[in-house]
Amino acid sequence: MKLVVLKFLRDLPAVLGLGIVLFGLFVAVFANQLAPHPDAAFQSNLLQRFKPPSAEFWFGTDNLGRDIFSRVVLGTRSAFIIAFTVVGSAMLIGVPLGLFAGYLGGWRTELIMRLTDVVLAVPQLILALALAQLMKPGLDTAMLALTLTYWPFFTRTVYAETRRLKSSLFVEALQGVGASTTRILFLHILPNAASPIIVRATIGMGFTILTAAVLGFLGVGATPPDPDWGLAIAESRKFLPETWWFATFPGLAILVAVLGFNLLGDGLRDLFDPRLRRSR
Amino acid sequence: MSEPLLKVSNLAVSIRGDEGVARVLDRVDLEIPRGRIVGVVGESGCGKSTLIKAILGVLPPRAEIEAGEILFEGRDLAHASPQVLAREVRGSAIGFIPQDPLLALNPVFRVGTQMLETMRWHAPPQWKGRHRERLVELLGAVQVPDPEKALDRYPHEFSGGQRQRLLIAAALSCQPRLLIADEPTTALDVTTQQQVLKLLRDLVAEFGLSMLFVTHDFGVVAQLCDDVSVIYAGQTVEAAPTRRLIDEAAHPYARMLLACHPDRATELGGIPGSVPSPYVPPTGCRFHPRCPIAVAECTSRRPDLQRPSGDHSIACPRHHLTLPEAAA
Amino acid sequence: MLLFLIRRLLLAIPALFGLMVLTFVLVRVVPADPAATLAGETASRQQIEEIRKKYGFDRPLYEQFGIYVGQVVSGDLGNSVFSNRPVAADVRRTLPATIELIFSALLLATLLGIPLGTLAAVRHNGVLDHTVRIATVGGLAVASFWFAIMLQLLFSMELEWLPLRGRIGVNIGAPANVTGFFLIDSLLAGRWDQFVSSLRHIALPAITLAVPALATIARFARAGVLDTLQRDFVQYETAVGYPHRRIVWIYVLRNSVIAAVTQIGLLFGALVSSAVAVEAIFDWPGLGSYAVQAILASDYKAVLAVTLVVGVIYALINILVDLVHGLLDPRVAEQL
Repeated sequence: MKLVVLKFLRDLPAVLGLGIVLFGLFVAVFANQLAPHPDAAFQSNLLQRFKPPSAEFWFGTDNLGRDIFSRVVLGTRSAFIIAFTVVGSAMLIGVPLGLFAGYLGGWRTELIMRLTDVVLAVPQLILALALAQLMKPGLDTAMLALTLTYWPFFTRTVYAETRRLKSSLFVEALQGVGASTTRILFLHILPNAASPIIVRATIGMGFTILTAAVLGFLGVGATPPDPDWGLAIAESRKFLPETWWFATFPGLAILVAVLGFNLLGDGLRDLFDPRLRRSR
Repeated sequence: MSEPLLKVSNLAVSIRGDEGVARVLDRVDLEIPRGRIVGVVGESGCGKSTLIKAILGVLPPRAEIEAGEILFEGRDLAHASPQVLAREVRGSAIGFIPQDPLLALNPVFRVGTQMLETMRWHAPPQWKGRHRERLVELLGAVQVPDPEKALDRYPHEFSGGQRQRLLIAAALSCQPRLLIADEPTTALDVTTQQQVLKLLRDLVAEFGLSMLFVTHDFGVVAQLCDDVSVIYAGQTVEAAPTRRLIDEAAHPYARMLLACHPDRATELGGIPGSVPSPYVPPTGCRFHPRCPIAVAECTSRRPDLQRPSGDHSIACPRHHLTLPEAAA
Repeated sequence: MLLFLIRRLLLAIPALFGLMVLTFVLVRVVPADPAATLAGETASRQQIEEIRKKYGFDRPLYEQFGIYVGQVVSGDLGNSVFSNRPVAADVRRTLPATIELIFSALLLATLLGIPLGTLAAVRHNGVLDHTVRIATVGGLAVASFWFAIMLQLLFSMELEWLPLRGRIGVNIGAPANVTGFFLIDSLLAGRWDQFVSSLRHIALPAITLAVPALATIARFARAGVLDTLQRDFVQYETAVGYPHRRIVWIYVLRNSVIAAVTQIGLLFGALVSSAVAVEAIFDWPGLGSYAVQAILASDYKAVLAVTLVVGVIYALINILVDLVHGLLDPRVAEQL
């Protein structure tokens, strides 16, 4: 364990990723305390519209005179909540399905895997758009749509791992002593499949933040006056090129957050699976 | 005696690894007289393939030639520039036959394309425009059926023996003076192995070549080689004409290695212990931890390669002693 | 080869059929009363009943599904709820623009990404290698719609080098329709001005889409070349006197490119996704813009048609990728 930590610490990009993610978590949790103008994040103040970045308003103000820095900080909370909810729920659906599909065989496996084929037959965003549009648009439906389109990624990952582990000696031994299927799956196979799930989840966080931002931008995600990164960029378009800061900073926030999860995910993959090392 | 084609003396190569510096070759001496086939024998990990890479100038970036020289036709390859090695040695003066022809061939190019690439850069200028013609001839000489068509096929479409024949032809394509073969028959089954060995023997005679043949198998050496050098832990421990070495092996390691050969072994024995790590080699004689006749002196003084008679060199001062029955 | 094609097409059918079930369920089953939804909130009961009859909602579900499948297979994607025009015609009109855009982006990404990844691998752990590694991770983290706006801000609004939106200059007009791709049609028509205008219009959206694709391709090219450089044949090729440059750029690269090609199928999905927002930003008259308009107008027929069409194209692209894979790798070609 100690060795693993040391090995991880030597991978500088991964450490940077972990740093960004932890920092993001910190900002998300203490958003209300960290935002310098918590009131000016929601309340419009037409007297101070379109102020460029300054000592008082680090990222400037928007069309309603709200402090963009405070809104970016509060948007971190919303982005992280979306990412954790979506990836968490997708795991709750996808992981058990993958376990059963990998272990059971027969028509049940076929059914589960063909279902993942169907969901994966269309790029995630397109299907999520269709789903979100059919239900009442809003943040909740957007999260539901993202969850309903992301679980197959977990199912595929877990399916492959379970298939591999199913034929291993220790599982055969457990079957021999009469352990129940659920027990074998959740107490013995699942822990052994943990690392690919963790890697998939980490990268999924970044991916979800990106996709959720697109949904917000297209108007099927967060609704005004929520401080949402994607939504803010959509609102900013009407005021270009004069208020460049309005569009720039929320986008940079997305970039940094996604970068953090991607670097961390890559680092974890290297750590867990030396065969896939991207840096030799 | 005339000047040998290749003369390696006192060669030392070290490789920087994660665990420190490994002396992979340490005092290798080797002579290849013109027109002769010289075998180099040793267990895996003794430095055979590093020796080949050093001669060809394709050592990995972390390796370094620390001492010694590699005289080829009077020119020192150990200190030649990479450009000279690339332009005038590899593929031109020295032809190379690899161990596993399937791994050595590029899977996504036609074999003809691959063989012509060497000729494109290394064939004599007057052959221009006739490279393919020459290859077809050579494939005939190595007995590949339907040479014209063979050139247009991909590596995976041939059998193991056919592929090895293709690579032998490739090695011969630019009229080399020396052939280097790296255990070219280990990946083949026994009958194919015999055919390939015979082919090599005939070709070397027909083209008037010299050959360096690396192997761990004394049986192959006995069939093919005129002379043989035994290497242990990066050092030449004994060298002699093949017949002589087989009959009168003197170095304890060579004697034990010969005794291991299935044709001779009275029981399944092998040499106790294993090749020492090149990171922390034993002091004194490298073989003393496994040697049945080692004495205190062997642990402190490193024996030099001596030449008690004209064509027999041995790196062991106690070589005249009999080995205990259990070992030999 | 032909057999392979037929087999792959047959294999794609179950997933596409499943997709039709899914879209059908979404439209006809999820809303409590589709007829009421269709009729709108102000409709009277009688109007709702008329719509129910007209669209066949009063029939059993399996019958409705049968009709739906029949319509889709015959190319009838229904009429837009919003404009009442046939959706299929809209798709035919917008699809070429999207394909032109995506192919341009993919071409750009491949032409830059493969050499970049290869160079990084050859100079492993050098300055260029580290730069490429950081840039590729960064490229995958950029939100395309934001990057599109940044490009507009810089190149269209500040510097005024490139047009802000559209597919071709308004006063120049579209070239005569042959392929539907302006870059090709303008050349076919011999209209240099149209070609230049198309090129200037496609530049920014194509660059936007190319960024994440470029990052992916460069990553895979780099990893592929690094892997291939470890293989035995590289040692052999060096030992028999191939020049180093030719080993890397011909003999190694061909092996690594094969691995990268299999990624292009996945990339296509990412590109289509990004294209939705990016087309809307650049007013690119493609399927993405159409989808966004449909979403904003709650035109569910159009949204589902786009979903289905993208699914079909996605399946076709993956078959195409397998074919190209076969052409590049003789060992796979044998199985075609």
